[in-house]
Formats: sequence, C-alpha cells, structure tokens
Amino acid sequence: MHETMVAQSLMAIIAEQAAENNAKPVAAKISCGMLNTVNDEVLRFAFEAIAKDTPCEGVKLQVEHKPIRARCKNCDRNFDVELSLPECPKCGGDDFELQPDAPLILEEIEFQTE
Amino acid sequence: MKKVDVGKKILGENEKYALENLFFFTRQKKLCLNIISSPGSGKTTILARTINELKGKIKIGVIEGDIQTDIDAERIRATEAPVVQINTEGACHLSAVQISDALKQLPVDDLDLILIENVGNLVCPSAFELGESGKIVVLSVPEGDDKPAKYPVIFAKSKVLLINKIDLLDGGQVDFDIERAKSDARRLNKGIEIFPISARRGDGMDNWCDWLVKSVEKSAE
Repeated sequence: MHETMVAQSLMAIIAEQAAENNAKPVAAKISCGMLNTVNDEVLRFAFEAIAKDTPCEGVKLQVEHKPIRARCKNCDRNFDVELSLPECPKCGGDDFELQPDAPLILEEIEFQTE
Repeated sequence: MKKVDVGKKILGENEKYALENLFFFTRQKKLCLNIISSPGSGKTTILARTINELKGKIKIGVIEGDIQTDIDAERIRATEAPVVQINTEGACHLSAVQISDALKQLPVDDLDLILIENVGNLVCPSAFELGESGKIVVLSVPEGDDKPAKYPVIFAKSKVLLINKIDLLDGGQVDFDIERAKSDARRLNKGIEIFPISARRGDGMDNWCDWLVKSVEKSAE
C-alpha cells in the first residue's frame, strides 16, 4: 500500500528531470533491495493512476530487485540470500552476516527525442 | 530516445528527515523506538502497561500513529505520559517528517525514552525509516506462529520481538508454537531479542522493562 507514496515521490523526480531536459519521459528504470517490500504490480498501478493527465502519463516502469548479500560465518562464502530459506548454498550453515539492503533508487529515465 | 542517468533515492525526502531525527536523538542522548505490528496485536496496551511499570524509573513520551481518531492517545493520556497523536488520514505508515513535527510538541528535555506507535500494518511501516534507534515488532499469538516466515522483512529489521497475549496459550485457547515463531524470526536476524509477554496480565513485562531500562542507560552515556 505504501507504493502510492513511492509512486508520488518517483513521479516528482521524473517530472523535475523532464522539465530540466525539456523532453517527454517514456520509461524509467528503478532498482531496490529485497527488504524494500515494493510490489511491482502495485507500484505500476499506483503510478499509472497518479500520472494520468500529467507529463508522466504513459511512462513505463521497469523494476530491478537486487538480492541481499550475506557472508557465511562458517565457511566465509558470500551469497545471495533466499528469503524463504536463508542458508549458505555451500555449507548449509544458517549463521551469516547480512549486508545492507540496496535502497530504492531511480536509476535512469528514457526520454522521447524529436 | 535519450537515456539520462539519475541515480536518485526515491524516498530521499523521507530519508533526509529521518537523518535529522536520528541526529536529534543522538545529540539529546534519548532513546527512540518505533513499534510496528498488525492492527490489534496490543501495541497500545503494551505501551500503557510499560509506562505504568516504569513510573519513577524512566520518563516516557509517546507518539501515536493512526489513520483516524485519537482513541490510542486517550489511553496513553490516562497514564499521564505526554503523548502526541498523528492522524495519517489514510496513509498506511508514519513518515519521518511527521515525527519531526511531533517532537516539537513533546517535552523531549524531560524524557528518557520516546516510543512511537506506528500505524497497524506489518508491511509498509518497515519501508519508512523515522530516525529511530531501533524497531520493535509485536506479534500476538492469535495472529499465528507463521507470521515471521510470511512477513520476514519486519522481523529482519527489528531489534526486539514481543510475542504478546501469551495468556491466551493457557488451556490451549490458541494454537501457537512459540519456538517456531522464535526460530523463524531468527533466520534473518540472529541478534533479535525475543520477549514473550502478556501486556494484559503482566507476564514477561519485567524482562522487557529491564531491557528498556538498560537500553535507555546505554543511550544516555
């Protein structure tokens, strides 16, 4: 449900960039970590609703989910954590150190050119 | 087509206020905890009982977050603790700027601990940092022991898990495997402190209150 607020903030940045570049935005690439709890479908739906009748209408959102990395305290292996079964893929150990989760970032905007 | 690299944090505005709040708490040497759970897990009952049990030991101020009404603030007022009610008017979480405004209405200088009761929701509040020193997640036994497995994020981000309403386990009124909930909560968060409590009857409140007193002392150093 908080995707509405994410969509609002996202649209504000895209609109600002559109004004700066004096061009119509058509697509945006977003990335986020696994602990950001952003649901792609809900975000797209919220963005579409908010962007209607604004310069951001029709902007296609692409969301890349970055895995959370961890280091196994038993065998030192670095690995991507599977949220449903968090364990080291090498030794099966479940004692690991979580790396910080990637923040929610607007990576890139694609603009239409004349 | 022209591609422009942006590389901007989408929730950067919230983060800016969260950082300001964090600096404020650090400078003032105050502990601030953000309490998160589903609706009806007993957050307000826990707050009221905690305030009463710690009377004379530590001074607590409360920021209440709800979509509507000041029912919760009324319950806190009955304990005589200072309280500010925030109504989010539909939003499913509190934002850092709301905390920054609420802090201006609390007598922070006189307090040792600021407790924030977030909007009842096990997902959204976890995405919005408020500048707190730590998150406390509450899970009540009627919700089921599978919640840490189903909602891993908030359990991964919390300092403490309070398993509330354990009085309902007496006589098998509710099926809830405490060990399962504990081990699932620890899967992504080995360091999480877990206190089974009944805020209604008082079970386990001493352990939780001891932890709070120690944490307040640490923040004041």
